[in-house]
This record gives sequence, structure tokens and C-alpha cells, in this order.
Amino acid sequence: MDVTLQKEGAVADVDAGRRPATVPGLGRALRAEEMVINMGPQHPSTHGVLRLELIVDGEIVVDAIPHIGYLHRCFEKHAESMNNYQQVIPYVDRLDYVAAMSNEFGYVVAMEKLLKIQVPERVEYIRVIMAEFSRIVSHLIALGTYGIDMGAYTPFLYCMRDREHVLDIFEETCGARLLYNYMWVGGLSHDVKPNFQDKTRDFCKYFRPKIAELNELLSYNKIFKERTAGVGVLPPEVAINYGASGPVLRGSGVKWDLRKNDPYSIYNRFAFDIPVGMGIKGRVGDSWDRYMVRVHEMEQSVNIIEQAVEQLPAGDVQSAIPKRIRPEPGEVYVRTETPKGELGFYIVSDGTASPYRVKVRPPCFVNLSTVPAICRGSMIADVVAILGSIDIVLGEVDR
Amino acid sequence: MGLLDQRFENSNILITSADSLLNWARLSSIWPIQFGLACCAIEMMATGASHYDLDRFGTFFRSSPRQADAMIVAGTVTLKMASRIKVLYDQMPEPRYVISMGSCSNCGGPYWEHGYHVLKGVDRVIPVDVYVPGCPPRPEALLEGLLKLKEKIRSESLAKKKSA
Amino acid sequence: MIAQEIHETLKGTFGDAIFEAKVDGVLDPWIRVAPDRVRDISLFLRDDGRMLFDSLMLLTGMDYTKGRLGVVYHLYSMKWNHRIVLKTEVTVDQPHVQSTEAIWKTANWQEREAFDMIGVVFDGHPDLRRILMPDDWEGYPLRKDFQVPEFYNGMKVPY
Repeated sequence: MDVTLQKEGAVADVDAGRRPATVPGLGRALRAEEMVINMGPQHPSTHGVLRLELIVDGEIVVDAIPHIGYLHRCFEKHAESMNNYQQVIPYVDRLDYVAAMSNEFGYVVAMEKLLKIQVPERVEYIRVIMAEFSRIVSHLIALGTYGIDMGAYTPFLYCMRDREHVLDIFEETCGARLLYNYMWVGGLSHDVKPNFQDKTRDFCKYFRPKIAELNELLSYNKIFKERTAGVGVLPPEVAINYGASGPVLRGSGVKWDLRKNDPYSIYNRFAFDIPVGMGIKGRVGDSWDRYMVRVHEMEQSVNIIEQAVEQLPAGDVQSAIPKRIRPEPGEVYVRTETPKGELGFYIVSDGTASPYRVKVRPPCFVNLSTVPAICRGSMIADVVAILGSIDIVLGEVDR
Repeated sequence: MGLLDQRFENSNILITSADSLLNWARLSSIWPIQFGLACCAIEMMATGASHYDLDRFGTFFRSSPRQADAMIVAGTVTLKMASRIKVLYDQMPEPRYVISMGSCSNCGGPYWEHGYHVLKGVDRVIPVDVYVPGCPPRPEALLEGLLKLKEKIRSESLAKKKSA
Repeated sequence: MIAQEIHETLKGTFGDAIFEAKVDGVLDPWIRVAPDRVRDISLFLRDDGRMLFDSLMLLTGMDYTKGRLGVVYHLYSMKWNHRIVLKTEVTVDQPHVQSTEAIWKTANWQEREAFDMIGVVFDGHPDLRRILMPDDWEGYPLRKDFQVPEFYNGMKVPY
């Protein structure tokens, strides 16, 4: 098969060179020039336990086949086995463990639609603030580890330093740094502390200049631009067909954000922009675009938090929590915008207190399926750049 | 450290036992393999970052198991991953230590009851030296686990063979 | 278009491949279709000018017990901003559904997952193999009658 080097502006041809499956143990008809390299489950740059089987022709990647399932923790079976819909929430936390509040938000919004519960205003505002905090936290980790993948160790430490401030706020509110069990169906587990509004305002004032600092450190760095601009171009039609969402879709130029296009909770009360990739440094839809979309999203999250904290009303956060959750037989599918993309929960109830089926539509799982299409024709080092820009969390991919 | 409290009098001669010297050298620079599986890996990264800082304990993450002397199993061990963990453990040269971080690698964690694909504790495939409880453990807890490992190393002896 | 109109259009085009539908009084209106006509119906839904369902949001495998399995498709149109749910039902003995992988590429991995977890076989899928479980795993874990094995490759599985 003739493989030519993908030039910087070339569009990935998704149907070229479709290969049969690799059957472990049995031989494939390998040509002499091609080699199979394993970016195994333990690898510093795969962001978790992902195995990428790279079929390379010299340095050019002919095909990249992801093998997942190394972190399959049987979430859906646990959800079906719980005695109570509230007991599913700690497991939901552990899906995208980097941004746990967003997962909880998705689940409780779906459950409240199924049960037709209206939560108090205070709960809505606090949930939005926590979800936007978790967006900032998730993007800080994504950008920090992306820097490490590209060889820049310093921005990671700066990102983790800023993240600690947010984790302090989380810890004061609900006692945990990473996995919270905070948003319950119908309300929250704890009310925020009296100094919450001041601390949040202080954080917003502190954090805005830090984004500029991150840009100085990493975003416009020459080496970073060389390694990411023009690399891993994902055309918008391909992205939609593959079901990509979140920064991966917006990096390709599609202005699509569920907080504006399919609003849930009270997002329609806040003014914020949707950053979209514009191909400033390379081509629209390259890795630099996806990275910059995340940086701009952090700024927009700070805007939302500032507006929400000004409007925060008084109230009781636990008044609408039902004593017993026994929905009528029925089903619902609700999707929310997490930092990784479109997280959907399809909840089927059979009328008992225990869920019948809870299916998660994981954004990282669907975004990861675009990797074979993007990686064909790039070089091995570019695979690392592409994988980092898609920003996967294996807890969500494998559930 | 007993070793460094001894003063050099006239000649630069240090008197200690070979055990103390060797153990001090080993525990002061434990280099774990960069091996995070799940949520605990994020807390491990936070421990390595500047707020809690593992570097002051002499700890530095290595990418390759051949160059590492400890393995911090941070996260849930699934059946699919268990054989790979065994391979990685076998690739580490001795002396090697294992810290099991978090409930999932201690005993299966929150997935103990219905997890058909979760290995209930990494000690079913590799021997573990220190268990750090928590879900996920705070960075301070991981540091405590690391200090416990250092205590364990300090009590080792060349005369007694370390049980593999 | 609202769900009622979508149902009527489909019934007009595909006739008896469209079984029952529930378009009123539910949060997500659904239409049940024949499992061996799923590909034609999906192609129509994606390409027809009034439908334009260009996005398959979610593909779920279901175990309805009593020997019945099913697949649920949640479709959305980014252009017209309407949604519909398609359902099919098959039996455990003949769990064959046409694959929609050629229509929405996102179905590639999602169908593999439905096969892995529930055991529905998608005809026409280019590469139908397990995705989350190990390749030599036996059984379909999300079926209601799944028994956890005692040992797997020498490791004890239950607590």
C-alpha cells in the first residue's frame, strides 16, 4: 500500500486503508516494511491505561488501533444492583474522575427530569458554580499533562498549583478533593460555607492573570506550536459523523455547545461565549486549535462563576430531596456539557427503587474512536500530540 | 538519620553497619515507576506537584520499569490489566517494593460486590509492602505510606533474605 | 418535525417495517422498527431533507428478559433540532440486527460495545469483536442472568 507523508494541510481520508482486525496470536499478512509497535497500557503519554497498536512504515503511522477495556469497572452493572438511585452517584463520580462534579450534574439532571422534580434556585446556582469549577480543574489537568507530553514540565506545576485553590474550595464544601458525592437527586449533600462567595470571588480575581501566564509559558511557545499546529486535523463533517463533541468538535470550527444549543439547568441566564477553533496557527481542526479552545473555555468559565456568585440566592439545599425515589416506569435520555464533551445518561426505570438500566454515553469513548481516522499518515510523535489534544480519561472510556 | 549525626572527628572515617548504609541509601531515593491506573493517579500527580512535593523525599518517577525500584499501584486493577501488572513487576530489578494506593488496589474498593471485571486487590497477583487506604487517599496519606515504606526498608538486613 | 410527523413519514415510506410507536405522554417519543430494516430506515433518516438526523447520540443494548434483547438508538438532527428514538427487539436465539456503521461512524464502537455487553450481533459491521472485556471472556456481562465466573486465568474473581 502506498503511503505518502501527510502534508501539514492534508485532510485525513477516513476510509483509506481499512484493515481487518488484529487477531492476537494468529499471523497477519504483514509486509516486510511495516512494523507493529505497541504503545502499551503502561506508557507515560497515554493518559491512563490505553493500548495503542501502531502499524508503522518507518516513522509514518499507517494505522493506529486503540485497545481499551483495561479500566472497565462495571459501572452499569453496579448501577443496576444498587437499592437506591442516590447510591449510584459515587459510581458516577468515578467515571470522569478528573471532573467529578460534571458527571454528577449530568446524572442528577437526568434523574430530576425523570422524576419531574424542581429543585430550589440556590441548588441550581451552586450546581452551576461547581460544574464550572470542575471545568476549570479538568482543563488545567488536560493542559498541564499536554505540556508534559510535548516535553514542557513547568506548565504542569503551575496548573497543579492553581488547581489546589479550587480543591480547597471543594474540600471546604463537601469534604473531598477529588470524588465528592455532593450533588444528590433533588439537591445537594451539604450547603456551602458562609465564606464561599468571598473565596470564589478571590479565586476568580486570582485566576484570570494565571491564564495569561499559561499562555506565556506554553500556548505561544515556538516548540509547542511546531508540534501541535497543523497536526491531527479533524474536518468538521468527519467530527460530526463520528459523534465527537466538546473541545474536539469546537476545535474543528463547529460552534456547538450544549449549554447554549440544548440548555439545561439555568445556563440560559448567563452571558458567555463559545470559543471555536479558527486555524490561526495551522489549519482549522488541528491540535493547537483544540488546545486553545480549552484555554478560552477556562476564561468563559470564570465569567460564568462570577455572574453566578453575584446572583446566588438564599434557600435550603435539601428541601427537595425525595425521601424515597421510586420513579414511574419510563425512560429518559439527558445530555450535558462536561469538560470532555457531551455526556449522556439513558436511565430506564421499571417502577422499583432500583434502576433497570443506566447507560452512559461517554464523550471520551466517542472522541477516542476518531483517533484512527486522524492518526493515519502522521508520525509517531504526532500520535502523542493528537492523543493529548483529544484529552481522554480512561475511567470514562471504559466505565 | 543515625548515620549523618555521627561527626567526623580527625579522619574522614564513618563507622556504621553495612545494613544501615545500604538501607539509608535505598530509602532515600525510592524511584517509582510512572504507573497510574485511575483516580488515585490524579492524587499521585497532585502529590508529585509543587504543593505536596514528592521530590523532597528523593522520589522521582521513572517511565521504564527497568529503572524503577518501587511501584505505586494507584487505581483499580482489572482482570485485563492484571497480567500486564505482573509483567511490569517482573521487569523491575530487585530490590523492589510495592505500595498499594487506594481502596481499589487494596481490596477491590467500591467495586468489590458486583465488579465482574475488577480484581479484588492487587495482592492477588503481586506481593504488596504497604497499603494506603482511602478513596482516593489524600496526598498526605500517600506521603505517610511512603514514610512507612522507608521505615520498612530501614529494618531490612542483608543477613535476612527478602521474601519475594 | 415533531415525533408524530416523523412516525407518519416513516410509516408512509417503510410500511410494515415500522411496528408500534409511543409519541405522546412520554419524555422521549420512540418508534419500534424491524431489526432487518434498520439500515434502510437509518439511511432515510439521515439523508431525507425533512429529517436530516446527522447525529447518532447513543446506541444502547438492552436485555428485556424473558429471552428478548433489544437495541435503542437515540437520534438527533443538528440542522432541524429534533430528536427521535428508534427501538428494535430480537430474541436471544436470533440476536441479529443490521449494522448502521456505514451511516454513522460513531456506531462502530458503540455497536461493538453492545455486542460485548449484551450479545446482540450486528450484521454488516466490519470488525465486530469485544471492546471492553478481554478477548477470551465468556458470557455477556450486562445480561440479567449473567453469572460471575469463579476464576479467570487463575485469578479469583469474586471477593
